[in-house]
Amino acid sequence: MSIFVNKDTRLLVQGITGNEGSFHTRQCIEYGTCVVAGVTPGKGGKMMDKVPVFNTVAQAVKGTGANASLIFVPPPFGADAIMEAADAGVAIIVAITEGIPILDMVRVKNFLAAKKCRLIGPNCPGIITPGECKIGIMPGKIHKQGSIGVVSRSGTLTYEVVDQLTKLGLGQSTCIGIGGDPVNGTNFIDVLSAFQDDDQTSAIVMVGEIGGNAEEEAAAFINANITKPVVGFIAGLTAPPGRRMGHAGAIISGSSGTGAAKIAAFRDNGIHVCENLGEIGRICKEVF
Amino acid sequence: MKIHEYQAKDLFRRYNVLVPDGQVAFSVEEAKQIAAGLGGFPVVVKAQIHAGGRGKGGGVKLAASMEEVEALAGQILGMTLITHQTGPEGKRVQKLLIEAGQKIEQELYLGLLVDRATASIVIMASRDGGMDIEQVAQKTPERIIKVYVDPLMGLQGYQIREVGFGLGLPAGAMKSFSGLLSNLYKLFVAYDSSMVEINPLILTPDDTVLALDAKVDFDSNALYRHKDLLELRDLSEEDPMEVEASRFNLNYINLEGNVGNIVNGAGLAMATMDIIKNAGATPANFMDVGGGASSEQVENAFRIILADPKVKAVLINIFGGILRCDIFAQGVVDAARKTGIRIPVVVRMEGTNVDEGKRILADAGLDLIAASDLSDAADKIAAAVN
Repeated sequence: MSIFVNKDTRLLVQGITGNEGSFHTRQCIEYGTCVVAGVTPGKGGKMMDKVPVFNTVAQAVKGTGANASLIFVPPPFGADAIMEAADAGVAIIVAITEGIPILDMVRVKNFLAAKKCRLIGPNCPGIITPGECKIGIMPGKIHKQGSIGVVSRSGTLTYEVVDQLTKLGLGQSTCIGIGGDPVNGTNFIDVLSAFQDDDQTSAIVMVGEIGGNAEEEAAAFINANITKPVVGFIAGLTAPPGRRMGHAGAIISGSSGTGAAKIAAFRDNGIHVCENLGEIGRICKEVF
Repeated sequence: MKIHEYQAKDLFRRYNVLVPDGQVAFSVEEAKQIAAGLGGFPVVVKAQIHAGGRGKGGGVKLAASMEEVEALAGQILGMTLITHQTGPEGKRVQKLLIEAGQKIEQELYLGLLVDRATASIVIMASRDGGMDIEQVAQKTPERIIKVYVDPLMGLQGYQIREVGFGLGLPAGAMKSFSGLLSNLYKLFVAYDSSMVEINPLILTPDDTVLALDAKVDFDSNALYRHKDLLELRDLSEEDPMEVEASRFNLNYINLEGNVGNIVNGAGLAMATMDIIKNAGATPANFMDVGGGASSEQVENAFRIILADPKVKAVLINIFGGILRCDIFAQGVVDAARKTGIRIPVVVRMEGTNVDEGKRILADAGLDLIAASDLSDAADKIAAAVN
């Protein structure tokens, strides 16, 4: 198995005719993802390469049986696109869009609470089950099928980690970027608990960063519920307080959200801590 | 985005959140005129900078006469105010808020912010007004009232009462408080605020509640729908290099160290700063050119960092996913030829088309130091500055 997505996932792409949307749709198809539909309001009936384009997500789902969506729309329309997908019954919604206003996401998150769907992101690289399905903007070829689950708040930092794992022969079951925004859909705990229940996953790498207390909560959850070994890394130990480090969510507010507190929480809860990014592959090799 | 107290109070007035009479002054003469218009003393003279702790730093004073207004305005205007939020270099005061003094029965704290964990707007209030709320939260958490507002439902009457009575306000002040809090909530939502803080909020002897201070931050991602707020941005309060970088959509933060760095992606950029520190050097900045940066962005990033006199060496760390290493390498070569390199530059690249990228760098005949992996890059950059 793997988690959330696999070779049977039928993907639709919202914003498929835009620059990024068309580029990454082609990359996903090339990787082997089953892309069944695209949505761009006003372009229904056209084709993007061999993919039929619809005006609404509901029409695309009805016409193609799509059960996952990848969102590339600009930030002002991000919240609307996520809600449209959820309302159309899409099970897995992956929002790449960076810069959605936080109050939009606060409303979306409460809207989604009553829906049966999983949102990944926004402001994330997406999700990949190596060898089966890539839904996102990550470079496919650095991944390798295997048994390590990877969950991260970042994009290129995740690629760095995955690349080191692959070069040491450590393949991955599923890699998920949950996004760098302060309010997001799927959180660390959702992913950790899915990895725990997944037969293919034998070990977990968790990549966090400064800001908020999601890593602290995840660490306590790992202690209580996860029996598989976990290696943890935190980015931003040298970040100054009160400054937003690129990601909207990466900010130390007063005494909360510091890297030191997160590392301490990792150690207190039996997580193997990697303090130097250059070493993470080697540490995983040792621990796993 | 941050704004000044006087600007926040103007917004408060527009939303019928009660504040003292007052106006901003840019000179001693203006300060006197405004004070004369307030119709009495005492008058409060408040330094306007984008940082808290102004009172402790000597930037907020009470004047009992026009002579004192003149003396205090002259003293505070132009002074460099150092508070726990300005850093050791402090901030130069260029404007003052001249305000009518108030009779204070009680000082309270009131704040609104987005709560990440519950995805709601949280109202925080405390009877310990005027104090550092972080410390109150740490030492006496029971003295902080927290009410979580469902953003789809909005603020409810019972929630306002929960906060008001929780603060111990007399029944006679509840009408005033209720109006203030519900208007403040409207302002918060209407302007996509990320934080609104009133410290202190005061109760006067006639049971009126008003905002003696005002701090408002806005969500930068939402500014596209609040064009009127853009006029409130005060560039003189920001680091000039950061302003320059923001013109090119570069995520840049100026820091104290001497190792400049350029990285694609925020997470990797933070991790790279940590690597520099681990190797025994200190980062001069945070610079994220974006996960899929263009060669033009790379060039601008390079130019901005090389213009920083404290930078003694530069580490470039790129993981080419969407951004191909060959494109990136070309950007570095172009930038280096245009600006010239007078300090050591260590380049570490990995990912898509990395061999082609390395060839471009090697063939350029530039004095770049190639690193084979992250650990190697860390060692080489540390050796370059130490």
